[in-house]
Amino acid sequence: MKVETGEVFGFLGPNGAGKSTTIKLLMRLIFPSAGTARILGKSIDEVSVHREIGYLPEQPYFYDYLTAAEVLDYFARFHGLKANDRQERVARMLKKVGLETARKIQLRKYSKGMLQRVGLAQAILHDPQVVVLDEPMSGLDPLGRRELRDIILELKRDGKTVMFSTHILSDAEMLCDRVGVIVGGKLRGVGTPGEMVGIQTQGMEILFEAGAEGKTPPLAARATKTGERYRVKLPEEELYAALDELKLAGARILSVSQIKPTLEDFFMNLVEADRAQANAVEVSGK
Amino acid sequence: MKNVWVVAANTFREAVRDRVLYNLVFFALLMMGAAILVGQISIDIEQTVIVSLGLTAISVIGLFIAVFIGVGLVSKEMEKRTLYALLAKPVERWQFLLGKFAGLVMTLTVNTAAMAAGLYAALWSVKHPLVSSDAYILVAVYLILLKLALIVALAMLFSCFTTPFLAILFTAGIYVAGVYGGELRTMQAVNLTPATMKMFRAISYALPNFENFNVMGAVAHGRGVPGALVGHATLYAALYCAVVLAAAAMVFSRKNLK
Repeated sequence: MKVETGEVFGFLGPNGAGKSTTIKLLMRLIFPSAGTARILGKSIDEVSVHREIGYLPEQPYFYDYLTAAEVLDYFARFHGLKANDRQERVARMLKKVGLETARKIQLRKYSKGMLQRVGLAQAILHDPQVVVLDEPMSGLDPLGRRELRDIILELKRDGKTVMFSTHILSDAEMLCDRVGVIVGGKLRGVGTPGEMVGIQTQGMEILFEAGAEGKTPPLAARATKTGERYRVKLPEEELYAALDELKLAGARILSVSQIKPTLEDFFMNLVEADRAQANAVEVSGK
Repeated sequence: MKNVWVVAANTFREAVRDRVLYNLVFFALLMMGAAILVGQISIDIEQTVIVSLGLTAISVIGLFIAVFIGVGLVSKEMEKRTLYALLAKPVERWQFLLGKFAGLVMTLTVNTAAMAAGLYAALWSVKHPLVSSDAYILVAVYLILLKLALIVALAMLFSCFTTPFLAILFTAGIYVAGVYGGELRTMQAVNLTPATMKMFRAISYALPNFENFNVMGAVAHGRGVPGALVGHATLYAALYCAVVLAAAAMVFSRKNLK
């Protein structure tokens, strides 16, 4: 697997697939039994390469006796930043992750989402070339998720390479140039989100209301009704005929959308294919 | 070495904020109580009682801090995963380990210095003015500090490859064995073979000899401590700490952080 310079790369997989393990290997927290990994052309064992890497651990936890400003200042010292520079960067990062007002509060009083923000701040504090985020959306509220998405896009605009792991497909679709999918410790595919999801399209969905004259279109018989609204799922090739039918009945079309697989469907397909292959090998082995 | 210093300073800050130095209140109360009691009941043995009690308290309190906090230095960071973000920075694992060691030794130095000041205050309250031979108390305190540094190194080594509970047991076990190492060397048992005797002697030399740092009896009775003994103990502690920390660094450098 190769992540290109300047791209946002999503590392997808169900829980226990090996996403965090792979990232920990890259960060030298665990050691491989075989194989090699390189970042910016250098072996991950070289300490110098870690000057150019920012890392957000999964469910980060920091020294809870420190304040957010202190913990950032502590990490900044390992990058050899001078006192004035540290002070300026710490203030800028706290503002960026929305912790300006909580800067003097000890981390023991922080919520999970706030710790996640501190983790993100320490990862990008030293302006690294490569940013690796392990489940960055975890613990964040909707506002925090949106802010994080903006930060990732900003990093991309600045030419940084971002790799993040997630099991939430919508995050990856929204942010990633390419994604890699890992299931059961094996890399099952690398490509753009469109490539991954497009292949799996499961038809179309139309949301409509009956016309002003109250005439119910025949399509309503196949639909699910919620309040005044009808929702119908149908194969892609039936879409235009269905739309003509609705138009003829004077129905009000509210939306037409592609049905994409849910995360569960997406991974279950892979997992089931994985199991089927394993069973086939077992049978042929017998 | 800058990274080592950054970790050490933070370890010291942690000890201060986690109120490790609160033990000084207990020590101050003990010394005050002893001074009042000794002033009332003893006849010409005030110095011996106060100095013995004070040095023993410095040693025991330091021992508790060295073992319990020493074991937690690395294991707590692994358990709470606070070192994940740190070890992904341009920091070598041995630098982290050495920094934690230096930070706790700094804490013990401040703690021990404060207790030594308390001991002098208690001594002054029962016998003043102080005389020049009282300066040997500082030598005894210095040797206690060397002993504590060695215990911290051992606690860190054990915590790198076993559970905190077992690391505490091992460290305490090595301490007890090290205190009685001299007896093991000179043991004359009738029913032991020469080979077994040789093995015991070898073990006794490998164990840290904590008696090298014990001059409490002499100092409590106002006797001096030879400079050569201090020099020998310093060198011994430095070499032993270096070997133990190198072993800890070797174990920790390939440890998988799950």
